[in-house]
Amino acid sequence: MSRQDGLTTKSFRRRGTVSVPKVTLAHGGGGQAMRDLIDDVFISCFDNPLLANLDDQARLSLSDLTRDGDRLAFTTDSYVVDPLEFPGGDIGKLAVAGTINDLAVGGARPLHLSCAVIIEEGIEVDLLRRLARSMAATAAAAGVTIITGDTKVVGRGACDKLFITTSGIGVIRAGLDTGPHRIRQGDAVIVSGWLGDHGAAILNARGDLALSASIASDCAPLNGLIDDLLAVCPEVRFIRDPTRGGLASVVNEIAEATGLGIELDEASIPIRPEVRGMCEILGLDPLYLANEGKVVCVVAQDATELALAALQRHAIGAKASVIGRAVAEPRGRVIMETTFGGRRIVDMLIGEQLPRIC
Amino acid sequence: MKFVDEFRDAYKARILRAEIERLVGRIEICRYRPLQIMEVCGGHTHTIFRYGISQMLPDAVELVHGPGCPVCVLPMGRVDDCVAIAEVPGVIFTTFGDAMRVPGSRKSLMQAKADGADVRMIYSPLDALELARRHPCNEIVFFGLGFETTMPSTALTVLQAEAEGIENFSIFCNHITIIPTIKAILDSPDLRLDGFLGPGHVSMVIGTRPYEFIPMLYGRPVVVAGFEPLDILQSIWMVLRQLSEKRQEVENQYRRIVPRDGNAAALGAINRVFELREFFEWRGLGSIDHSGVRMRRSYARYDAEKKFAVPAVSIADPKACQCGEVLKGVIKPHQCKVFGTACTPETPLGALMVSTEGACAAYYQYGAIGELLERKAAMP
Repeated sequence: MSRQDGLTTKSFRRRGTVSVPKVTLAHGGGGQAMRDLIDDVFISCFDNPLLANLDDQARLSLSDLTRDGDRLAFTTDSYVVDPLEFPGGDIGKLAVAGTINDLAVGGARPLHLSCAVIIEEGIEVDLLRRLARSMAATAAAAGVTIITGDTKVVGRGACDKLFITTSGIGVIRAGLDTGPHRIRQGDAVIVSGWLGDHGAAILNARGDLALSASIASDCAPLNGLIDDLLAVCPEVRFIRDPTRGGLASVVNEIAEATGLGIELDEASIPIRPEVRGMCEILGLDPLYLANEGKVVCVVAQDATELALAALQRHAIGAKASVIGRAVAEPRGRVIMETTFGGRRIVDMLIGEQLPRIC
Repeated sequence: MKFVDEFRDAYKARILRAEIERLVGRIEICRYRPLQIMEVCGGHTHTIFRYGISQMLPDAVELVHGPGCPVCVLPMGRVDDCVAIAEVPGVIFTTFGDAMRVPGSRKSLMQAKADGADVRMIYSPLDALELARRHPCNEIVFFGLGFETTMPSTALTVLQAEAEGIENFSIFCNHITIIPTIKAILDSPDLRLDGFLGPGHVSMVIGTRPYEFIPMLYGRPVVVAGFEPLDILQSIWMVLRQLSEKRQEVENQYRRIVPRDGNAAALGAINRVFELREFFEWRGLGSIDHSGVRMRRSYARYDAEKKFAVPAVSIADPKACQCGEVLKGVIKPHQCKVFGTACTPETPLGALMVSTEGACAAYYQYGAIGELLERKAAMP
């Protein structure tokens, strides 16, 4: 947010509002119009003591941070999605949940986010207000605050309606160690629910497929679910959220990093019938579709039941399932036992999935 | 999922596999060498790899992955023509998704799009016609691609454009025909195939009669097959049954879709709009007589080849490519000199590495699991 005049303080300044329906380049000029836009759209939703000073930086107390753990986690991600609003979410919810999830899968408790927006002139102010409210609600539900930000407005065609970049910091629980280096042969691979919902919802929401399926994105913060998992199973070997590239990419990364094989059982991979149907029609593979509210975790064989039960007790983990295990051979590859009784390799996605001609 | 899961039943698959094994014992050739059955259609290749069907078969049965992927067999010169048309100012070039990545000699359509050409992925030629209605000041070109499967929809779209008097719409016609291609494979001197799985969707249009020359003149059985894994297993079993009974016929496994005489309305539309070319260039197979169609003269105003000055330069396949030998079953994809090294799905040299329906890309993507695992381990 822009630096404020030193003479005014938060308590005396009247909050600005935008009275025009659409954002223009004037709102990016650094003057009153820009301050009004920031006040009206963002400050009114994100309000918290760290943000309200509108300094060039948020200042955090170190002692507050060290209460929760012994290491900081820091991450950043940019969000570009078309359309901006889709069943189950919008770019705002995605930008907050996505960065929270990147922290949470590292075993961190997410605390604070920054939010930088690049706005294309001509976007409706009401849409921006809705998206900011969605960001605020998502952050509040996850117990995270948005404490600093930046706003830019660019000319038509210089960006596609709205780009959002969020960075986040979180604190990693003392003693927690997750990562591929801890995975052993025989460990179980678990997913926390239906796969592919987000990718399918976005494809469907673009509307050019003329499919009448109602598929909602799974977009959600995962820190609550991961808290529950770590509470009963602090020995979890590995946690990751299968976003772009889907499940297939995550399990391939595991196989590559560990040198172990991963054996998947197609029949136990939870995929909604609507998503399967859509993939059948378009010739896509749901294993490569993006998820925005799922975890893939690896746990020791004897902890499987405990971990599974913890995930299933949570509202967004009800369909959690064991989908495979780490095996000695073939080294570094992912194999899937198909529902048909055959076996095939599941490889990394090459480029982008393109619908097939026939 | 209804009407899908029934065709993927693992229990029925086990029964079929046992039956296939039983038949293999009765076929004389199998005592000397493995049987080679070609699935002509890329859709079949995809199913075979996706469900691991090759690994379910006894060692004595080998599947050879045929030329039936229209995206794969598109020669570089034609892709260059696409790019040239797409780069004309005011043109909106529309294409099916998987043709975006096919490499030309300079660039693919995806690269042309990145360089500023207006290239759009669509799901039906009717989407292209809709663009023509919405953008009367642009010329909308549809990349007509595929065998007889997609030919009727292109033809009907042209007829629709004519009926509505839409003039800013044209087809860059690269449709190809299946029968001359199968014949070219049968005529090759190093042919080793013992039978064919005939394409399902093509046959829905042309029927099963056009294949009758294969058993009659070449003595090879043909079974027109569906696309679900049980369809494929059953069709393989039907080919083996013919071989064990020393019969050579055209049989139709995909009877729920394919009529013997094809679809008269679809064939009518094709004949109205298209005519055979003297020859058409294929990636990996070279020039094949009468294997492609072009727009009839009466539809010249919808023919992008007439509307635009296309370079139409023939570009030779890279020398290192052994696509032709793979297509004919002489070698397997991984035995090609450049497989997985110079030729990968990210940087395909040869036709078969281009689309997921191509044999080499399928081998690369889904893996020839046999090289990694003992066959026995894959068979419970």
